Amino acid sequence: MKRNLSSLVTYFFLAVFAAGFLYPFLWMLSGSFKPDFDVMKLSLLSSHFTLGNYALVFSRIPIVRAFFNSLIVAMAVTGSVVVFGGIVGYSLAKIKWKGSRYLTVFLLFTMTLPFQLTLIPLYTMVVKFGLTDNLLGLILPNMMTALSIIMFRQFFVSIPDSLIEAARMDGCSELKLIFKVVMPLSKPAVMTVAIITFLTSWNDVLWPLIVIRNQNLMTLPQLITVFVLGGEAESHLGAELAASTMLAVPILLLYMFFQRYFIQSFISSGVKG
Amino acid sequence: MKRPGKVGLTLSAPYIIYALTFVVFPLLFSIYLIFHRWDGMSAPVWIGMKNLDRLVSDSLFYQSLLNTLQFLVIQIPLQIFFALIFAVTLNSIKVLRSFFRAVYFMPVVVSGVVVTIVWLQLYSFDNGILNNMLTQVGLPPLPWLVSTSLAMPSIAIMATWKNVGLYTVMFLAGLQSVPEEYYEAATIDGASAVRKFFRITVPLLAPTMTLVVILSTINGFSLFVEPFVMTGGGPLNATLSSVLYIYNQAFSFGHLGYASALGFVFAIIILVAVLVQRKFLETE
Repeated sequence: MKRNLSSLVTYFFLAVFAAGFLYPFLWMLSGSFKPDFDVMKLSLLSSHFTLGNYALVFSRIPIVRAFFNSLIVAMAVTGSVVVFGGIVGYSLAKIKWKGSRYLTVFLLFTMTLPFQLTLIPLYTMVVKFGLTDNLLGLILPNMMTALSIIMFRQFFVSIPDSLIEAARMDGCSELKLIFKVVMPLSKPAVMTVAIITFLTSWNDVLWPLIVIRNQNLMTLPQLITVFVLGGEAESHLGAELAASTMLAVPILLLYMFFQRYFIQSFISSGVKG
Repeated sequence: MKRPGKVGLTLSAPYIIYALTFVVFPLLFSIYLIFHRWDGMSAPVWIGMKNLDRLVSDSLFYQSLLNTLQFLVIQIPLQIFFALIFAVTLNSIKVLRSFFRAVYFMPVVVSGVVVTIVWLQLYSFDNGILNNMLTQVGLPPLPWLVSTSLAMPSIAIMATWKNVGLYTVMFLAGLQSVPEEYYEAATIDGASAVRKFFRITVPLLAPTMTLVVILSTINGFSLFVEPFVMTGGGPLNATLSSVLYIYNQAFSFGHLGYASALGFVFAIIILVAVLVQRKFLETE
């Protein structure tokens, strides 16, 4: 009896906070289908269902383009970070060469550097290379990360050397070895690096705000930030909520299917997206 | 393998080129910029220590530093408190555990822009949901984002809501590595639940806690989109964060040299803060 009561209290406690985490998202979703005069109500239901908010967003800002811009940037960055992270991580874990120790130390050192240090110099470089208002300006500086290389290195170290020697004996080239043998054995590491990199890139706002000024090249979170701040939303709350719903939904869909991998990735990389 | 040195270097070459271009060069260039005045267009002008002189007497620099400290002083304890409670509670149940874990973690994966836009409405003074709830139970509405003393705490509460799921799952992972026998032995010795919590759980979670404090600190110094969208740094610069201030100096006023000097000094402050935290929290 006592046990039942305490577990009832436990679940009640958890449910209250679960509601606290879910409600703002549900409110956003329902508000995106409400006329403005109904948005500010606590209730999630409205008798005035409308698609007008979405229509307004689509007519005011190139949101479909922004979606594809974000997708192109996030996929290019993720692909590059995984491929180069794997190659360099392998050279540090499985090849005995003089420079590997120094390079590892250098990587650990760069991981401690706050981004504030190089933000402005990086911007001036992007300007010099003529990469402002160019998606390459968002991709190139993020093509590799120290964290991903270190994570691959850590994972590869546990792969037995005998396996790699055997593949070499069979005449496998080093690159083929990486992509045909080592990476397929390291799916958890690949998953972690891919998820963290994709999310970081998809959700980044500061760097796009600095590099991109042309509305047609903006990323999704950037365009929506500008939409809300720049007055194009004309304080139509419903439209702002419709825009943020469209920003949240792709990630939430991915999250629904790969929830376990998302959480595991964050735990094992110890970073914030 | 024939020549491991050559192979290793070749495979690492892409990163070496990348790092020279996007890490080492900007690092050196940031040091160069500290001593120059530059608007980004004409040639940089050598001005010696003037950027740093200006920085030490710049009240907005101190203001943004204090704002960040205020943010951290509220957010870190709040986050650890709730994350610990959530983790311990989740660890005590079997049914629906992964469901609750997934819900609590949800705000972590969503863009800060989404969270900020939604909370901007929740915090609205005139008709925001939070104030509606307060007035319904007979309390006065709170000036969440419009009062200088409450604006930064409001942002810190929102940030806690967004991030607490991350720290919850980190604590939960830590709890699951605590051997069950510790608790069993303590129970046999007649230890109370509270005593077990403070004598077994907390010490064993200490490494996770250190990580939480360090990540929160770095996070607090990276605060940008929340004040940018919610308050623009106001009212009266009460929510001007360090990154927002760098951004304003560089892109609103065109002071690239000064902005770079600010970035450099903030980076040093972050590095020192993290080192100090490591030293104090890890020796315990």
